Amino acid sequence: MKREIILLLIFSIVIVSCGTSSSSNNSNSPAAYIENKGSDTIVNLALAWAERYQGDHPDVRISVTGGGSGTGIASLINGTVGIANASRQIKSEEIEQAKSNGVEPVEHIIARDAIAVVVNPNNPVRELTLQQISDIYSGEITNWKEVGGDDRPIVRLSRETNSGTHVYFLETVLRLNSKEDKTLFSTDTLLLPSSEGIIAEVRQNPNAIGYDGLGYVPHDLIMISIAEEAGGAYVLPSVATVNDKTYPIARDLYMYTNGAPEGVIKEYLDWILSLEAQMIVEELGFVPVN
Amino acid sequence: MEKSLNWREFIITRLIKASGYSAILFVALIFFFLVREGLPTLGEVELKSLTGTRWYPIEDYFGILPLITGSLIITIGAGLIAVPFGIGTAVYISEIAPRWVREILKPLVELLGGLPSVVLGFLGILVLSPFLRVFLDLPTGLTALAGSILLGAISVPTVVSVAEDALDSVPRSYREGAWALGATRWQTIWRVTLPAARSGVLTAVMLGVGRSIGETMTVMMVTGNAPVLAVKLGSIFSPVRTMTATIAAEMGEVANGSTHYHVLFFIGMVLFLISLAVNIAASSVVFRARKRAERILS
Repeated sequence: MKREIILLLIFSIVIVSCGTSSSSNNSNSPAAYIENKGSDTIVNLALAWAERYQGDHPDVRISVTGGGSGTGIASLINGTVGIANASRQIKSEEIEQAKSNGVEPVEHIIARDAIAVVVNPNNPVRELTLQQISDIYSGEITNWKEVGGDDRPIVRLSRETNSGTHVYFLETVLRLNSKEDKTLFSTDTLLLPSSEGIIAEVRQNPNAIGYDGLGYVPHDLIMISIAEEAGGAYVLPSVATVNDKTYPIARDLYMYTNGAPEGVIKEYLDWILSLEAQMIVEELGFVPVN
Repeated sequence: MEKSLNWREFIITRLIKASGYSAILFVALIFFFLVREGLPTLGEVELKSLTGTRWYPIEDYFGILPLITGSLIITIGAGLIAVPFGIGTAVYISEIAPRWVREILKPLVELLGGLPSVVLGFLGILVLSPFLRVFLDLPTGLTALAGSILLGAISVPTVVSVAEDALDSVPRSYREGAWALGATRWQTIWRVTLPAARSGVLTAVMLGVGRSIGETMTVMMVTGNAPVLAVKLGSIFSPVRTMTATIAAEMGEVANGSTHYHVLFFIGMVLFLISLAVNIAASSVVFRARKRAERILS
C-alpha cells in the first residue's frame, strides 16, 4: 500500500512538471518564425545555420526541411515558405509560375559546392580531363596506364546513390552536363555509405579514385587538377578557383525569397553571409562565398 | 489464501501463454506489413526488369539478382568459416579443455558475441581490407571475402554458445559407454557426442547462418556495395552488394510510396522468405533426426 502511494506521488509529480514545462514554453513564444525548405544538399548546412542563429536569437524560430530543390521552390511559389533552398538556379518556367501567383523570387548565393577528385599519393597521376574522369567512372578506362599512370587496375569509389553529391557528379562529370547522355556508373563502382569510407580506402589503396566535397578532403590525399576539355588548362580545386569559376566541378548554392527580403528574413540572410556563418560553410565541406 | 494463489496462477499462465502466442502474431504482422508494402512492386516493375542484372534505382533499374547473389555468396563464405571454427571451439570447450581454460574461454567467446558490428566494420575498413589487398594482390580489399570473414567472426560466438550447450547436455553416460568400449577420445567426440547433440548443433549452425544473412552494418562498411552479379567462384574476391546493405543505405532517402520504396520492401520480403526457408529446412532435418533416434531407442 505504502509503495503504491509513493508511485502515485512520483507519477503525479511527473505529470505536473510536464504540464508546467509546456505552459512555460507557450509563455515565451517566438516573435518571428521562418520556414526554410528545399535542397537536400543544403539541408545540413541550413540546419547548422538555423541552430546557431536560434542560439543567439531566442526570439526567432527557424524550421528547416529537405525534400529537394524543386520542392523548396514549389513551396516558395505556393507561399508556404519564407526561404527556399536550391542547389540549382530557378528555371524560367518556375519564375513564370511564381509571377502568375504573385510571387517574385529573388536569388541569393549563400555558399558554393565543389567536388574534388582524389587519388592516393603513390599514384603518379595528377591531371585528368573531365572526359577522362567520365570514361573512368563509366568503365571505358579500366587501367591507370591509359591515363598516364602505372599499370594498375582502377578501383572506382563513389558515394551512395541517395547522396546529392552522387547525383551531381553523375550529371556534371559522367554525363558532362548533357541531358540526352544516359551514361551510368560502371557496375563495379564501389558505393560507399560515407565520405569517411571513401577517404579511408583512397588513403591506403593506390588503385583507387574517389570524389568528395572539397571541404572533406584531408591533406594527405592528392587532389586531381581537372581540365574542362582536352588541351585546356588543368585547374586544382581550391576556394579561389571555385570562386572565380575556373574549376569545372563546382556549383553555386542558392536561397530564394519572395521579393527583396525584409525584417527577420533579411537579418537572417545578412547573417548567413557574415564571417561567422561562412565558417560553418567551411566546416560542413562547402566553399564559402567570400 | 488458496483462492488468491489460484487467481495468481491463472493470471501468470495467461500471461505466459499470451507472450508465447505474441511471437507468432508479431511474425505474422511483420510479414503482412512487408507484403503490403512490397507486393505493389510486381505491378509497378516488369518482372523482366526485376530479374535483371543492373541495380541503379535512381534511374529505374531495379534488377535485384546482383543483390541476392551478393547476400548468398557472403553468407556461404561466412558459413564456411563460422561452422567448422564454431563447432571446433564448442567441442574444445565442452569436451577437451581443462576446467580453468573453459572458465576463461566461455565468457571470452560470449564477449566477442557482444561486440557491436559497427566496431568490427571499422576493423574491416582499417585493418582487414588493406591486409587482404596486399596479401592477395587484389585491386581492392573491400570484397565479399572481407565481408565473409567478418560475418564469420560475428556468427562464431552464436554457433559456439549454442553448440556448446547442446554438447554439454549429452549425458555423461554416453561418453563413459564409448570409453568403456575402447573408443579413443576423438572417436567418442565424432561418433557419439556430436551425433547425440546433433539437433542442438544444427540449431547452432542455423542461428549462425541467420545471424550472417541478416547482418547489415558490417557488410555495408566492408564489401564495397558494388551491385555486381556474383556467380563465378572468383566473385568472392570482388566487391558485392547485399540485400541488407541496400535496404539500409537507401531506405533513409527514398520517397514514401514510390516504386523504389516498394522495391526495397520487396527485397525485405525476399530476405524474409530466404531465412524462412533456411529455418524450415533446418527444423525438418532436426525433426527427421529425432524420429530416427526414437526408432533406434525403441
